[in-house]
Amino acid sequence: MKIVKIIALVLLVALVGIQFVPTTRNQSNTVLETDFMLVNNVPETVQKKLEVSCYDCHSNNTQYPWYNKVQPIAWFLEDHIKEGKAELNFNEWDSLSNRRKKSKLRSIIKQIESGEMPLDSYTLIHKDAKFSKKEMNEIINFITILKDSL
Amino acid sequence: MKNLKINILTMLLLIVSFTNAQGKEKMNHNHGDMKVDGMKMNMDKMQDVKTEAILSDYLSLKDALVADDSKKSAQNGSKLAASLKAFDTSSYTAEQQKELADIIEDATEHAEHITKSAIGHQREHFKTLSKDIIDMVAISGTTSKLYEQFCPMYGDGSTWLSLSKDVKNPYYGSKMLKCGSVIKTIE
Repeated sequence: MKIVKIIALVLLVALVGIQFVPTTRNQSNTVLETDFMLVNNVPETVQKKLEVSCYDCHSNNTQYPWYNKVQPIAWFLEDHIKEGKAELNFNEWDSLSNRRKKSKLRSIIKQIESGEMPLDSYTLIHKDAKFSKKEMNEIINFITILKDSL
Repeated sequence: MKNLKINILTMLLLIVSFTNAQGKEKMNHNHGDMKVDGMKMNMDKMQDVKTEAILSDYLSLKDALVADDSKKSAQNGSKLAASLKAFDTSSYTAEQQKELADIIEDATEHAEHITKSAIGHQREHFKTLSKDIIDMVAISGTTSKLYEQFCPMYGDGSTWLSLSKDVKNPYYGSKMLKCGSVIKTIE
């Protein structure tokens, strides 16, 4: 019995302890001039949807709910964000060449169309990130027009 | 109580393995960097071979897609990504270098995606990749005779390169092997 108590205590200390391990938070107060919304004429509804559904992992600013500040969940999340930003960062949009932009836009369309993005593990908690049929059409239309204009 | 013990142990294990995994990932990354450096050193001796190497890997990838072979496409995709990264543009003009760097960055990303996706996705990436390679050849030229072919059905029209005049469609494979036509000969 005593050993259980000791283990429980050690674990508790460890769990509290890892909360103090510093992680790099994906947060920034500056909006870059290269941001997708600043350089493109994005309709308000599309802008809002993109920010809610995509910007958490594809920009320099994540809206963290409280539980995502708790370790080890936060570690798991940082990995996701790192991967997402490497693939596409809306904040740095205008630093891409036209060729790269077209490529990215084509991928955005395919990912949304096929339902691969936003990730299921994300929409499970962020219900508002899901696309309705109407929202999906709206965004894909906008992105397609943008792609063809480049 | 026994259950609690097991639970606690599992959690501890999880945490340990998680931290461990993160460490490993970092180590792998370093290895990758070293390889790239090694390749760069070899490259200086192989100026002329580089475009042809890219083309040859691209054409093998195309053949694998024609054959509906997703696994082989993935392998050829990773070969292509490697030969793209090894492309040294220093012998071109500043403007061409900029254009080529852009093309290579884009093409590499698509080749890398091809290494880790199913055949449908591979073909989507192959479409943009083909455009990149065609643009690259327009700058670099080639020693082989190539045919630019076009399929009007796939994704509002898609092009690709082939060594043979005969059309074998990489976007549909056996489903519509003959769809498409030669639109240009590159020599």
